[in-house]
Amino acid sequence: MASAYTQPMQALIDALSRLPGIGPKSAQRIAFHLIKCEERDVEQLSSAITKAKTMVKFCQRCFNFSESDLCQYCGDDRRDATTICVVEESRDVIAIEKTREFSGQYHVLLGTINPLDGVGPEQLKIRELLQRIEPQGVKEVILCLNPNTEGDVTSMYLARVLRPLGVKVTRIASGLPVGGDLEYADELTLGRALEGRREVVG
Amino acid sequence: MTLYRDKAVVLRTYDLREADRIIVMMTESHGKVRAVANGVRKMSSRFGARLEPLSHVDILISTGKNLGTVNQVDLVTSAKGLYADLDRLTMGLAMLEAVDQLGMENEPTEHLYRMLVGALQWLSENDSSLVLAAFYFKLLVAEGVGAQVEACVGCGAPGDRLVAFDVFRGGAQCRDCRSGATISAEAIGIIQDIVGGRLNNALSLRASSATREVAALATKCMEHHLERRLKSVAVFESPEM
Ligand SMILES: [Zn+2]
Ligand SMILES: [Zn+2]
Repeated sequence: MASAYTQPMQALIDALSRLPGIGPKSAQRIAFHLIKCEERDVEQLSSAITKAKTMVKFCQRCFNFSESDLCQYCGDDRRDATTICVVEESRDVIAIEKTREFSGQYHVLLGTINPLDGVGPEQLKIRELLQRIEPQGVKEVILCLNPNTEGDVTSMYLARVLRPLGVKVTRIASGLPVGGDLEYADELTLGRALEGRREVVG
Repeated sequence: MTLYRDKAVVLRTYDLREADRIIVMMTESHGKVRAVANGVRKMSSRFGARLEPLSHVDILISTGKNLGTVNQVDLVTSAKGLYADLDRLTMGLAMLEAVDQLGMENEPTEHLYRMLVGALQWLSENDSSLVLAAFYFKLLVAEGVGAQVEACVGCGAPGDRLVAFDVFRGGAQCRDCRSGATISAEAIGIIQDIVGGRLNNALSLRASSATREVAALATKCMEHHLERRLKSVAVFESPEM
């Protein structure tokens, strides 16, 4: 079928629809919006993309986004290098930092093991994680991955390869949202919350 | 719009828009079904957790113009036993991948549903290095392309004279007819047990070079039948880190 759009417009729609979470309809809507925008605004957007792409790199140690060789957490010697929190993506680092509860370092896997899509351990930054354990004297690795199939497979795999190195492997508890009502929790979430129970100090 | 209720095993999911998912499942009465589950990626979702791969659910679906919509989900059995161990979980996922490939959309395949439910139930309570291989060989029998291991596919020589297995010819061969890869007598014996109704013999075997041979061959036969690679089987096959 021939495209109803001129070639540059179709190319823009195609490029946009390759972005995560954007289907063909949204791509079309965004493309129309951009064409109607002031030239100045469009230039600002395109230069922001180019600049971010050239300036933001991955930290050489933990693969978090960084503007220099080491990210702000790996480069900060006040942070505890013996505790590493493993996350899927840099956005999770930001989420954990917001809690102000963690003062160790991070390791970003840049994905999770996904058997059904053929994503295996060697496509992630797992080898690099293992190589940090001894030199950094890591005592505990906290797995902070989504409570879904890929998160579970990845966590179990990491536990299997980390334990022989003599490091404590823990996983964040998954359970009820703060402020939520117990009666609205599904049985699987409630079951996991029960599993992750802890002693109450009163 | 019509509503129907069915039992299903969730085969896989695809993220859709911000918070929704497309759920692919093998149902008891409607074959392979794809349906949209709205809002299930939100932390507040009431049934998102029940729609992860391997979940065995009772489901209410409304059919629409294109994709149906999931209206209600209840657990039939929890997949907790499968999620308790990495080997069980990856074997379970590899079962899902094959069933996803074999199933036809909206074409009833009750035997696929029953075999999958049975195999997952067994896997959630037991450990065996051969359960995935046995499941694949059994699926191939159900598809009408079961491995021929009772006699040579070339000349009919008896089972004790088989030395090779050729996936293209769909079975084992004797020394005179041989083509394909070499196979040990133990491995032939295990496959005879699996396809010949002595499944428990095979499942109770400890991991050995023969069971690994059988496991690799099962994957090869299934991949040959599907005419594609099975992604989930290869995931942990890469050299140890
Ligand atoms: Zn870093
Ligand atoms: Zn022969």
